[in-house]
Amino acid sequence: MADTELTGAEIVVRCLAAEGVEHVFGYPGGAVLDIYDAIYKQDKFKHILVRHEQAAVHAADAYSRSTGKVGVALVTSGPGATNAVTGIATAYMDSIPLVVITGQVPTAAIGMDAFQEVDTVGITRPCVKHNFLVKDVKDLADTLKKAFYIASTGRPGPVVIDIPKDVTQHRCAFHYPESIAMRSYNPTSKGHAGQIKRAAQMLLEAKRPVIYSGGGVILANAAEQLTELARQLGFPVTSTLMGLGGYPAPDPLFLGMLGMHGTIEANMAMQHCDVLLAVGARFDDRVIGNPKHFQKEARKIIHIDVDPSSISKRVKVDVPIVGDVGNVLAEFAKLTQAADHGPDPEALKAWRAQIELWRAQDCMKYDHNAAVIKPQFVIEKLYEITGGDAFVTSDVGQHQMWAAQYYKFAKPRRWINSGGLGTMGFGLPAAMGVQMAHPGAPVACITGEGSIQMNIQELATCKQSDLPIKIVLLNNGYLGMVRQWQEFFYEERYSESYVASLPDFVKLAEAYGHVGMRIDKPEDVEPALRRAFGEYKDRLVFMNFLTDPRENVYPMIPAGKGLSEMILI
Amino acid sequence: MRHVISLLMENEAGALSRVSGLFSSRGYNIESLTVAPTEDASLSRMTIVTRGSDEVIEQITKQLNKLVDIVKVQDLTDGCHIERELMLVKVKAVGEFREEMKRMADIFRGRIIDVADKTYTIELTGPGVKLDAFIAALEPSAILEAVRTGASGIGRGDRIMKI
Repeated sequence: MADTELTGAEIVVRCLAAEGVEHVFGYPGGAVLDIYDAIYKQDKFKHILVRHEQAAVHAADAYSRSTGKVGVALVTSGPGATNAVTGIATAYMDSIPLVVITGQVPTAAIGMDAFQEVDTVGITRPCVKHNFLVKDVKDLADTLKKAFYIASTGRPGPVVIDIPKDVTQHRCAFHYPESIAMRSYNPTSKGHAGQIKRAAQMLLEAKRPVIYSGGGVILANAAEQLTELARQLGFPVTSTLMGLGGYPAPDPLFLGMLGMHGTIEANMAMQHCDVLLAVGARFDDRVIGNPKHFQKEARKIIHIDVDPSSISKRVKVDVPIVGDVGNVLAEFAKLTQAADHGPDPEALKAWRAQIELWRAQDCMKYDHNAAVIKPQFVIEKLYEITGGDAFVTSDVGQHQMWAAQYYKFAKPRRWINSGGLGTMGFGLPAAMGVQMAHPGAPVACITGEGSIQMNIQELATCKQSDLPIKIVLLNNGYLGMVRQWQEFFYEERYSESYVASLPDFVKLAEAYGHVGMRIDKPEDVEPALRRAFGEYKDRLVFMNFLTDPRENVYPMIPAGKGLSEMILI
Repeated sequence: MRHVISLLMENEAGALSRVSGLFSSRGYNIESLTVAPTEDASLSRMTIVTRGSDEVIEQITKQLNKLVDIVKVQDLTDGCHIERELMLVKVKAVGEFREEMKRMADIFRGRIIDVADKTYTIELTGPGVKLDAFIAALEPSAILEAVRTGASGIGRGDRIMKI
């Protein structure tokens, strides 16, 4: 690369271009004016102007979730950075590779309580994989290289680069390194051969096996390896909320999602298996509930994860394997294929018969003849009409669980939601990021009337950037998940969970220049969806479905209980 | 169980706060923490004394290793090691105390490093328990002020932590 003198701002832009960045989501402000000026003069990437910095980060995050590439957001100092924090924490909890560039007051003003000054590195430290404050323009290019490297390798995560305004104005020779080595950072990618062998042997001897796959499978692009191994061995698979799409949901070996709102068959199989293969999952509280209850049953656990600290954190495991899950699964498949005998077919048959008995309880049933719209019905229709192949983002709450339960994801990176942090307001900006990455693809945002109002200003971004998102609002007039917990655990004291004074969403959508629809009868659900994805294919359509306010998400494991202690409908 | 964890990290601004922040955000104990650059100015060497069950200590080690700036982590308590801590104690040195304090310092192999009309300042190095014993051996009213560094640790013999 040529050694010309550039300003810090130009260096930032050149580095992003060199990383192959095509979209940057952001919002300008005083501290980043020089960077925005450099953006104005370039044509390598497109900048998407959001209406709130939180949305910029969510959009970049979902852009990454749907493509596997590093998402990039750009915000100004002070409030720009603090507004971005929720987005950064969301990405951190779900291990999403992001580079977030924040402006900072000039170096001389740092610590002076300057206008729009905040200690961005300090504030974001607990919710980033790493962060940098660049005090010298000479360090800028290397820091950007490091940021992309750190964000996208090992267990991915967000990296913040805080750049003082004067650094964006100073000049130096520009050289973007091809690669970077860091003595303090060397993530493991290949699993330990001995452990892999031990684990493969364990799989071959399993009588009641379960594969429990998490978000790590999606992040590592290992869906194919997972599917191949499961089919080769004939082992049932369950996924976490974050792992959906890692194994094709319509497949008979798939048990559905497990956990707090998982299926009977998934939770019971998980509890009663004799060999558990955990792949890129972390046994969190919403997945296995009470670890003591989980550990009451004896079983051997094999755990593959790229992050050693995820292993034996909540549950002791027998065979830990640190490494890239795709690599390790492929190694397993090789070893089990080469073995002189597969798993005991009789035992597997009996185990599958047991699973079918659990499945026969049909825990996902709901009233198909109701006079009011059932939220589950809307999701099923959405699944049908989009052929199961849409990108689906969601917000957080009951609608998120119904989306996870009733939209049968067959491919990875189609289901985009905030699992770890549970960020209401994620869905719409996430849909923007997805639609930017996949122009022309159907993108649905399943949301609630509580969540959508947390970032509803982004309807303007959708207009400006021409994003034909289909908003599926399951409007039950309540903060539904709060209401459900209050019904179950607080003797129906519905404290502040009724959302009165909702806007007229149809008029609101129209005011922003979009198409609005109000649907209040079950028979109108399908026609509305068909119009949205047909006639209005190229428009943003805001569908306000008035759904049964008393519907709950089943099954449910109360917090602190075990996998076999589900509340059923 | 008490553990002494030793680590090498990049000597960057904010490095200490990454470690202390990790301990506070995950609810781990810190009994003491000492840090300074050593023969290689690009690295800081840190000794952390902490307490926790085996599971907690395993998590602490893993979480520390996960920090991007950290180059190496070693639990010194996994093997033979040496710990030393430095204490400075300012004591009354008037009347009977003037002789008494000199004698006590000698017994504990401490050194008087500052002498004033009414006070001595004693420097004492050793494992934490020795410093505790010294404090316990002194008449409480004689202690005017004390400052301790927290433990620094190193492996015995061929046990070397270096990059």
